[in-house]
Amino acid sequence: MRVLDVSHLRVEFGTEDGRIFAVKDVSFTLGRGEILALVGESGCGKSTVAMSIPRLLGDSNVTIGGSVRLNGADLSSLNEKEMQAVRGKDISVVFQEPMTSLNPAYTIGNQIAEVIRQHQKLSRQAAKARAIELLELVGIPDAARRLGAFPHELSGGMRQRVMIAIAVACDPQVLIADEPTTALDVTIQAGILDIFRRLRDTLGTSIILITHDLGVVADIADRVAIMYAGRIVELCSAQDVFSLPSHPYTRGLLGALPARAVMQGGRRRLTDIPGFVPPPTTDPDECQFAPRCPRATAECIIRRPALELVAAEHEVACYHPGPGDTP
Amino acid sequence: MTEQPVLEVTGLVKHYQTGSRLGGARSVVRAVDGVDLTIGRGEILGLVGESGSGKSTVGKCVSRLTTPTSGTVKLLGRDISTLTRGQMRPFRNDVHVVFQDPFSSLNPRMTVGQIVMEPLRQHGHGNRRERIGTAAEMLERTGLSHDIRSRYPHELSGGQRQRVALARALVLGPSLVVADEPVSALDVSVQASILNVILDLQADMGFSCLFITHDLSVVEFISDRIAVMYLGKIMETTTRGELFRDPQHPYTQSLLSAAPVADPAGVRNRDRIILSGDLPSPSEPVTGCPFHSRCPIAIEKCVTDVPPLAGITAPDHLTACHLVTAESGAPDISAPINSMGGTPSVHNAS
Amino acid sequence: MTSVPKTTNLSTFGATGSRKSQAQWRRVMRRFLKRPLAVIGLVLVVAFILVAVFGPLLLPDPNKQDFATLLQPPSLAHLLGTDDLGRDVLSRIASGARVSLLAGVLSTTIAMVIGITLGLITGFYRGWFDVVFMRIIDVMLAFPFLIFAVGLAAILGASLTNVIIALGVSQIPEVVRIARGEAMAIREQEFVSGAVADGARDFTIMARYIAPNAASAFIVQATVAIPGAIIGEATLSFLGLGVQPPMASWGIMLTSAQQFLAQAPYLALFPGIAIALTTLGFNLLGDGLRDALDPKEKR
Repeated sequence: MRVLDVSHLRVEFGTEDGRIFAVKDVSFTLGRGEILALVGESGCGKSTVAMSIPRLLGDSNVTIGGSVRLNGADLSSLNEKEMQAVRGKDISVVFQEPMTSLNPAYTIGNQIAEVIRQHQKLSRQAAKARAIELLELVGIPDAARRLGAFPHELSGGMRQRVMIAIAVACDPQVLIADEPTTALDVTIQAGILDIFRRLRDTLGTSIILITHDLGVVADIADRVAIMYAGRIVELCSAQDVFSLPSHPYTRGLLGALPARAVMQGGRRRLTDIPGFVPPPTTDPDECQFAPRCPRATAECIIRRPALELVAAEHEVACYHPGPGDTP
Repeated sequence: MTEQPVLEVTGLVKHYQTGSRLGGARSVVRAVDGVDLTIGRGEILGLVGESGSGKSTVGKCVSRLTTPTSGTVKLLGRDISTLTRGQMRPFRNDVHVVFQDPFSSLNPRMTVGQIVMEPLRQHGHGNRRERIGTAAEMLERTGLSHDIRSRYPHELSGGQRQRVALARALVLGPSLVVADEPVSALDVSVQASILNVILDLQADMGFSCLFITHDLSVVEFISDRIAVMYLGKIMETTTRGELFRDPQHPYTQSLLSAAPVADPAGVRNRDRIILSGDLPSPSEPVTGCPFHSRCPIAIEKCVTDVPPLAGITAPDHLTACHLVTAESGAPDISAPINSMGGTPSVHNAS
Repeated sequence: MTSVPKTTNLSTFGATGSRKSQAQWRRVMRRFLKRPLAVIGLVLVVAFILVAVFGPLLLPDPNKQDFATLLQPPSLAHLLGTDDLGRDVLSRIASGARVSLLAGVLSTTIAMVIGITLGLITGFYRGWFDVVFMRIIDVMLAFPFLIFAVGLAAILGASLTNVIIALGVSQIPEVVRIARGEAMAIREQEFVSGAVADGARDFTIMARYIAPNAASAFIVQATVAIPGAIIGEATLSFLGLGVQPPMASWGIMLTSAQQFLAQAPYLALFPGIAIALTTLGFNLLGDGLRDALDPKEKR
């Protein structure tokens, strides 16, 4: 069952230096209880996609095109007030920096209860009980006592757990997590990822996970969308991305991972992708990876390849997809 | 007979005072609390640890960007731990640093050429023309094109900047390079190219390297030997192959278990150990083993006695843990018995 | 959100070729020119400088008395009228502008040179010297700038040179405070640690690493200090502690205009407007420069 249906999403920013095409054309669906990872390097537009779904790009210089459907209902037709009701209740977001997203002046119990009471008619007592329940859900020990804690009294990992508790307070159907573990240590990260897995398993939450870390993808994602220069270049299951990577960019990313190089016989050399990410100031009708691609042909710069099925549930935007060694 | 090591650190301690000088709560942060390290000629030692482990402070003490509280730092056999900045200057030929953030580690008001020539200038190497030549050659060896010399750092990408930082660190031909998270701020594909350049140049120039990172996959890729740090102390140190084949310290084991690996088949079929609790604050004194509060298998002795860093199963595999024995080797941390520390959750993802 | 600065950064990544520092200056210029108020400020300041430099050369002698034309209102012969001694007000405004410019620029130069040097040193070394020195600066800062300047000028005696010295010294504490703050912030940056690792001497670090990176703060500070000094000069001269008659100064013109406020209000009006426009010009210019030089303030 599709919970979220994003089609032909386009996001442009107007700046003093001209237009920025942050997201050029992105379409994907998210099923119930599914974890979809949006993966890419900085500037590929993955965070912009995440922020534009709940319409959090509150800048007057932004143009958003395409449609976002939640359970079939088009969110772009909602006004700001109706959208507020959706945010936090149906779709909520967890950011990378847990410190800056919590209000330092209120206890965490206060902040969780506030979100609950904003969307649900609950008494103070009931809201408090629910807050304790939520803190336990995200693995905070001694939850009842922790309600009175201020954000600065918690460690980074604990704050991120509180942020997740707030995000799932109203049992949202879709949770968008933007690099939720990037600022955290590995031993802490493992615990946070475990919470996402549990939310998916117990509550059936659908999760969009924005990350640059393919290790995180391997750990918890069901499906993966690899983004490059504002577009999805490969969309497939988490298994396929590692066993049958088909887009040359995806293959390049995997080749760049030190862990895989070690695994494949300790070859002391990583694949690097030559050249640069193109500036987001243009949107030409060509494959934007072509200048860096070992397989590029004339065709690639004449017309942009569209996402097409190469195998079951495996889409690639490339004229020369498939495994096989890149030179 | 062994060759003299390039770097020999013994009993290194760095404590910071926090709080006001005029009364109020003053506390001591034990950033580094007794660290021993040796780096041989042409060797890359990976120093791995989480935030707050003190790994960066070790790097700062070794490169004398800060003065150690106690202990000795021998660079090519000479103790540099107590030298003043003036006395240290001649030794700066031998050790240089590469920082994490390529956006703040280069002077924004200097061109790339000036930045790379700066160490030569400070040490009075050659005349201006010779310096320009040396700098240009060094830039080329890091894979940067000729025309980049007249550009300013803000005009470069993160990867290019890090190459400039590398060229600057290597232009004097140091014996030791301290690289503090040099690839952590970079995207994977850029990270790969920088790691390649470091390895190529290392093979070429033969410098030793203290490579500080939190990323296990990077440390596994680049290091000859690895030291695992936790709360100001070395928990375990051995060769790369040995550490990943037989991680002995419970902290090392949980670190390896928690690290995400880009291989779903491998990741999802293993039991992962998720540590409870967070890293204790380094300003609160800890008794016994620094890891005991989070260790799933800690016993009473771990709370009271500090385990020495010793080669228990092999002379080249040093571990600071009471539970590692010569007979049975490393303890199994997924089977806690009589635990004094935190209880981990063992989770099988598949 | 975060992707906006990221993507704008990217636009400079891929670009290659010609000298980009020029391009950067062009960008600062463009940002500056986009602000109408900043441009007005620039026009006012340029006009002030032109009048101060060329006015006295082109206009009649500001001290030439003509008892045939006393207290004349503005006319074609005397565009801004004449004063109680029959002197041309426009000429006196222009020659007063020259005094203002001298006082403003020279005193600010003194303050910047001494203040930046002291501020960088104390901010770089910190330690007990910084603690003691900054308490002294705090005491100096406790006096309003003008009161301090009036006190100094009274001790030194009235002359243009002493006005410049008094105004310069009075501005030092503020410059020290700013330079120290910049030095403290910049020395924590990694590129300074890098310079230490290069083996750079302290003087080199201050001159080549810290000062250039604080330059835009100093430029902005100067555009605030100059109009402050101009008002200071006018005030001191108004009080009789500054430039002495018959030399023309906007302050002196105001003093002598007091007696004739009823008969010839324009005598006070024109120097007043001159002071107001000049300080307004510098302040707008300063604001515009700050916005244009500091892209972080953008949007």
